[in-house]
Amino acid sequence: MGLLTNLKDSISRVTDGLFAAEEPKRIGIYGPPNAGKTTLANRIARDWTGDAVGPESHIPHETRRARRKENVEIERNGRTVTIDIVDTPGVTTKVDYKEFLDHDIEKEDAVRRSREATEGVAEAMHWLREDVDGVIYVLDSTTDPFTQVNTMLIGIIESQDLPVLILANKTDLPGTDVKQIANAFPQHETIPLSALEGENMDEVYTKIAEYFG
Amino acid sequence: MMPGATSNVGGRDDDGADDGVRIDMISGARMEGLTGMEKIRLILDGVRDGNIVILEEGLAPDEESKLIEVTMTEISPDDFTGIEIETYPKAEASNQSFLDKLMGRESTQKLTVIGPANRIETLHKDENLISTLVSRK
Repeated sequence: MGLLTNLKDSISRVTDGLFAAEEPKRIGIYGPPNAGKTTLANRIARDWTGDAVGPESHIPHETRRARRKENVEIERNGRTVTIDIVDTPGVTTKVDYKEFLDHDIEKEDAVRRSREATEGVAEAMHWLREDVDGVIYVLDSTTDPFTQVNTMLIGIIESQDLPVLILANKTDLPGTDVKQIANAFPQHETIPLSALEGENMDEVYTKIAEYFG
Repeated sequence: MMPGATSNVGGRDDDGADDGVRIDMISGARMEGLTGMEKIRLILDGVRDGNIVILEEGLAPDEESKLIEVTMTEISPDDFTGIEIETYPKAEASNQSFLDKLMGRESTQKLTVIGPANRIETLHKDENLISTLVSRK
């Protein structure tokens, strides 16, 4: 059954590609909270459209709704790749409103934020299963990548045969360790960058065009 | 409801939480006949009762995705803050047999530990060892 199913999926993908060649691919920006997903989404959107996608913050779960920026046209090597970028809430398996109290947020607001955060994570998982054509997986290169959420999400992405580009973000900070991320996911290419400072974005755009064009 | 699709795995309602921590070790055979949602219910009902659930064979990626999604919908302030889950990293694809690859069969067998986020803390994890600290209520 597996062989037939794979064959059917392959044919379906080819025919879908033929008939929807002009449709921009939806590329989800995924990763754990505070990896710099929105900073990256804003960097890409500003570089190619002049607009931002959403507010950035050091407080976890600042992005609590998936936000889509449509028709981002990236020019690379004489050709244009058009994608929709979907900035998603950071994925986690737990949300405790008390974590927000550490950021000088009142309890009522913290409870509201945590409720919105849980809805946002559920929404992000739904997008991943149903509505994205590729994934940019963003990791903070100053933190340990060997976490369960990262392992599970990469596994989920791989199980759906989605193209995935892993970005090791925050290379402008001390303690960055890009090699550790590359070692954690050796089956994928890892690109270092600082979305905040705009470092190595040329390579990022080249890879986006290569992976999702 | 199917036999086994209940959190009362041991057939005992009193989990003795005052005395210690209950651990449910669920065999692959027990999970095999359940649908994805029944598996998730079995896990979450146990975890919400404060138990640690150990799955002999883990979940498929799609089931893990739904477990995260359903967990999020059940989080509520001062009651349930979510789950802690640990598995060994997936075995390299090279460990699969040629026939498995050809037939699209993917091994999902990976020991998985799941517990309430406020009671279980991972101390160390690598490809061969998961060390966790479990606290009482």
